[in-house]
Amino acid sequence: MVEHRRFGNLLPHVILLIGVAIVAFPVYLAVIASTHDNAVIANGQMPLYPGSHALETYWNTLVSGTGKTTRQPVGTMMLNSLIMALGIAGGKIAISIISAYAIVFFSFPFRMTAFWTIFITLMLPVEVRIFPTYKITSDLHLLDSYAGLILPLIASATATLLFRQFFMTVPKELVEASKIDGAGPIRFFWDTLLPLSVTNIAALFVILFIYGWNQYLWPLLITTRDDMQTIVIGIKKIIDVKDALTEWQVAMATAVLAMLPPVAVVVLMQRLFVKGLIETEK
Amino acid sequence: MENRALFAGKLLPCLLILPQLAVSLIFFYWPAAQALWQSFLVQDAFGLSTEFVWFENYVNLLQTPEYYQAIAITLIFSALVAFFSLALGLLLAVMANRNIRGIQIYRTFLIVPYAVAPAVASVLFIFMFQPGLGMIARALQRNGIDWNPVLNGTHAMILVVIVAVWNQISYNFLFFLAGLQAIPKSVIEAAAIDGARPMRRFWTIVFPLLSPTTFFLIIVNITYVFFNTLGIIDTATGGGPNGATETLVYKVFQDGKVGTDLGGSGAQSVILMVIVVALTAFQFRYVEKKVHY
Repeated sequence: MVEHRRFGNLLPHVILLIGVAIVAFPVYLAVIASTHDNAVIANGQMPLYPGSHALETYWNTLVSGTGKTTRQPVGTMMLNSLIMALGIAGGKIAISIISAYAIVFFSFPFRMTAFWTIFITLMLPVEVRIFPTYKITSDLHLLDSYAGLILPLIASATATLLFRQFFMTVPKELVEASKIDGAGPIRFFWDTLLPLSVTNIAALFVILFIYGWNQYLWPLLITTRDDMQTIVIGIKKIIDVKDALTEWQVAMATAVLAMLPPVAVVVLMQRLFVKGLIETEK
Repeated sequence: MENRALFAGKLLPCLLILPQLAVSLIFFYWPAAQALWQSFLVQDAFGLSTEFVWFENYVNLLQTPEYYQAIAITLIFSALVAFFSLALGLLLAVMANRNIRGIQIYRTFLIVPYAVAPAVASVLFIFMFQPGLGMIARALQRNGIDWNPVLNGTHAMILVVIVAVWNQISYNFLFFLAGLQAIPKSVIEAAAIDGARPMRRFWTIVFPLLSPTTFFLIIVNITYVFFNTLGIIDTATGGGPNGATETLVYKVFQDGKVGTDLGGSGAQSVILMVIVVALTAFQFRYVEKKVHY
């Protein structure tokens, strides 16, 4: 930077390395634990290098179960999580992009009322209205269904605001040009606006996928059947055995599997992730 | 808001906005209204009759010592998590803002915790802090500390704070880094020419210029602790021991699960909604104004 440094850039490297070590250690330990036998883990003598039980543990966890419990294999849970995460991300984007389109490009009665009705939902996170929402979902016979997992979580003021902000920057001339070419509102949306929004949609998708995959409270309440559980709540039941019989190697393999999709999305789509994170909070 | 009104037609926009309005009304406004309505009602033990009692539920709630305990715990928990995760996030961001090699690799590692669900993060740390089995728990016990989060309330609180801080570091790191990169280099160079050493430059120039980011992050972190840590608490401690880690949101969840006191649970939900509205209003006010000292 500004002045000459006697030790070069040693200090930043040391501090960042310590930071990375602290951040990565719990994850590393989970990966290592998932490759050892439960007996080795349970007596507290687990080494810091991988063991030889990885294949067996992951096979048991994902597909067959271990025989000691009657719970669902984690494969089913991952499928449920995937459907929920994709449903929430896709659903939120779909309903917010069309509502933002209506608000920005049209004039209709109660336009501002509609806008504020959506905007205020920012202030009502699912946690504060949880039991009445549960009751409504149950009255609509949506318990233990994908619709019940997804629908109450897809109304999002943030996504609507993001698209609204972006649509406001689209030049008027673009709309006028497509009108001259004979395009109606639907044609303009498909052929012009949607292609322009691709980066925004992708960035939002990354954030919402993680949001959906990591949901805890809502799936915990509305799923009663084991085969509808998501992996994030399934893992709690694996370690919830209040005695020494917790199958730690299975619990850790499940943790690794629960982290894998969202971590992969964040790491592989880092640029989109950072963009999405910073833009949704504006 | 500027109205661009570039397309004519009334039916199409109404149809376009309908799905989102419908979801908002059914799953946001209707339940919120119900919570509000319930908070004014008392139901007898068999659920046979209900009576409108005005603010009795609120008065009762404010007379229970457990509620004040939950408020105190929420405040302590938020303060600890916000302080440590912001301090660590800032430290790492300042280091990463130097022109050093390998910054992409550091960043990739540092953003990983954001992607880990709070409940799963909790499981990772339980594994390390489980007495008799966890690596860190055993190290503590070897050094004469009788570590036991299942029985000791302070230990349970330390455990959930560590998990929440770990979970939040990525977020704070990324926002601080973005904030730091937005500070013009010329300002810092000017101070250096005036003879200000790095520490002095940080506290008198960089830190004040970062204040909008810091304010924004304080609010975001408090909101995170209020609402997103439920998964951490439920997995790691279950609010225990003796309510030592029972936050306001966790209390709504616990009391509602038992389900005998709908009025009290409604009153708790309404108070939480008021808190969220206040935090959001505060956030908009300060973020819009771009606070500088």
